Amino acid sequence: MTTMTIAKAINEGLRTTLAANPKALIMGEDIGALGGVYRVTEGLKAEFGADRVMDTPLAESGIIGTAIGMALRGYSPICEIQFDGFVFPGFNQITTQLAKIHTRSSGQLSAPVVIRIPYGGGIGSIEHHSESPEALFAHTAGLRIISPSNAHDAYWMIQQAVACPDPVIVFEPKRRYWLKGEVNTESAGLDAFSAQVLRSGTDATVVAYGPLVPVALAAAEAADQEGHSVEVIDLRSISPIDFDAVTASVEKTGRLIVAHEAPTFGGLGGEIAARISERCFYALEAPALRVGGFHMPYPVARVEEHYLPDIDRILEALDRALAY
Amino acid sequence: MGAAQLPSTEFEDSDVGDAPLKDVPPADNLVQLLGPDGRLRYDAKFSPYIARLTPEKLRSFYRDMATVRRFDQEATALQRQGELALWVPLTGQEAAQIGSGQATEPQDYIFPTYREHGVALTRGVDLSHLLKLFRGISNAGWNPKDTNFHLYSLVLAVQTLHAVGYAMGIQRDLAADPATEPAAVVAYFGDGASSEGDVHESMVFAASYQAPVVFFCQNNHWAISVPFEVQSRIPLVNRAGGYGFPGIRVDGNDVLAVHAVSEWALDHARSGQGPVLIEAFTYRLGAHTTADDPTKYRLAAEEEKWRAKDPLMRLEKYLRAENLADDAFFSSVKDDGDALAASVRKTTLAMTVPDIRSSFANVYAQTHPLVTEELAWFENYAASFAEPGTGSAAGNETGAP
Repeated sequence: MTTMTIAKAINEGLRTTLAANPKALIMGEDIGALGGVYRVTEGLKAEFGADRVMDTPLAESGIIGTAIGMALRGYSPICEIQFDGFVFPGFNQITTQLAKIHTRSSGQLSAPVVIRIPYGGGIGSIEHHSESPEALFAHTAGLRIISPSNAHDAYWMIQQAVACPDPVIVFEPKRRYWLKGEVNTESAGLDAFSAQVLRSGTDATVVAYGPLVPVALAAAEAADQEGHSVEVIDLRSISPIDFDAVTASVEKTGRLIVAHEAPTFGGLGGEIAARISERCFYALEAPALRVGGFHMPYPVARVEEHYLPDIDRILEALDRALAY
Repeated sequence: MGAAQLPSTEFEDSDVGDAPLKDVPPADNLVQLLGPDGRLRYDAKFSPYIARLTPEKLRSFYRDMATVRRFDQEATALQRQGELALWVPLTGQEAAQIGSGQATEPQDYIFPTYREHGVALTRGVDLSHLLKLFRGISNAGWNPKDTNFHLYSLVLAVQTLHAVGYAMGIQRDLAADPATEPAAVVAYFGDGASSEGDVHESMVFAASYQAPVVFFCQNNHWAISVPFEVQSRIPLVNRAGGYGFPGIRVDGNDVLAVHAVSEWALDHARSGQGPVLIEAFTYRLGAHTTADDPTKYRLAAEEEKWRAKDPLMRLEKYLRAENLADDAFFSSVKDDGDALAASVRKTTLAMTVPDIRSSFANVYAQTHPLVTEELAWFENYAASFAEPGTGSAAGNETGAP
């Protein structure tokens, strides 16, 4: 067991992958000498050289598109998109090409490209630096999407993403980059696409992923003070979603609250609520509820605290669920 | 700015008359080795490439061009008869495709658009397999690993970036193992796609990393209904200078010139000297696709002007004048083309519709629970339609679309 921040855990996971897999390489903007704007790739260029830790021209479609070409030649590129709001110039390459190559080729080709995207708000930044666009990608078949919430998962999930034969997008909770946690570098424990029950409870289930996992845990703790037993599930994987884990929990608790920073309308919460309503109809004591962002472009930093789901927003939903 | 200020992209062939041909330079820096009159032009850099061509090679240029034109006619007929959903004709662009395709080596890798039927032929792709895409039964009629001819790309210009990435992979293979066979990548695109941002980004990346890639632009003058002048106010070839690598404008209806400049460019790339842009100046004699109607946006006179520059006609004149091919050769090419067309037709009509289950199978390389769940639902649903005792169910049909 080693204690490290999420950023350091990803850095170590990348280092381990680059050392073990000669075909793995990292590419992105400012990831070399600077070590990335969040220093996640710090020291890797010095260790593995400019051909394997590649500062690219400033062009996201170019990064994803050339990564696809390298993957077709047998490489395992790991792309860094500098911020969530800057992924869109690469959206065409991701959705019309990367996601479809395996299907298009009738399974003859694959492009196991990994795309790391720091995402989410709460960092007091300017426009385009605080978004949660994961649903746009989850809606695209052919992609796998994961989001670690702690250092141990961050260390392992990036390695599991590279090992996966499918394209994987790793949404990294940027406001948690400096959150420390224990990392077991000997054993991953879980695969990248399974959910994990972080806290056991009997009255309601709160499902969260990425940056809202610590918020959900804190809300469960606060609820416990008021006599409510809340189970917390860290979804970890957004595509696929481990519905079996959520179903098992809701069968027990009878109430479901899904929390994410992304807007609720058209978000993952709606998908989870619909499927769990179908699977657990007779077990549900209340409608599945969603806690998320509003239907607006991410607001300016000085008011983002009113936009972001926090402990009270989750507790408010819990009160509504318990009132049925 | 008025239209009068638009640069002319039209070129006039030199009126060679009886002048000594060696002294006639090609127009507008256009590399031309074989004029529409079937006579050779002289180019100090590229004429020597012709001297290396055997009579067999010259005849193969003609054979390939005639073969793919005949194939194109058959595919167009199949679409008109309802056997294909769509067809993308290449007539007029045979020299650009056969000349460049024949210049590639087996270890090179080709990223086509959706009109490179001639290049496919030179790479050894079974032409009937191209029709699977247009018959709606497969997006992958062939395995790119067999011929290093990639799948067709329908989203314009995306493949130019894949080509550069693939070339960057070749560079790394060479660095890791110097015994790796040097190879180049060819990125095909058109004058319309040249306006896409991905072409710009691919040229930036290629130049930055000196990737072994040849950008081969077939400027066929029309992006569906929009003329070239709307895409660029300067010759496309000039853009290469802006990125810092060589550009060559070649008469795209002259298979000898296209082959020569392609050989040069591929050698340049393979030998580690970086990318090259080739602009093959040609013309789409037919429609953009079988859903298009060129009479709505261009004059028949323009087409007639380009028919006079036909790539097959000029090579036939040359081969006959030099006694490199006789009536028997041209007759055999025609017969073989007809036989191929008949074979393609027969193969196409016999193509079976795939099982929808194969679509479930290839969404992911690794098992995905949602796909598994939806397939299971579909199986149950399909089974509910089964006739008692027959075992047949929906989703598993064969025959015409």
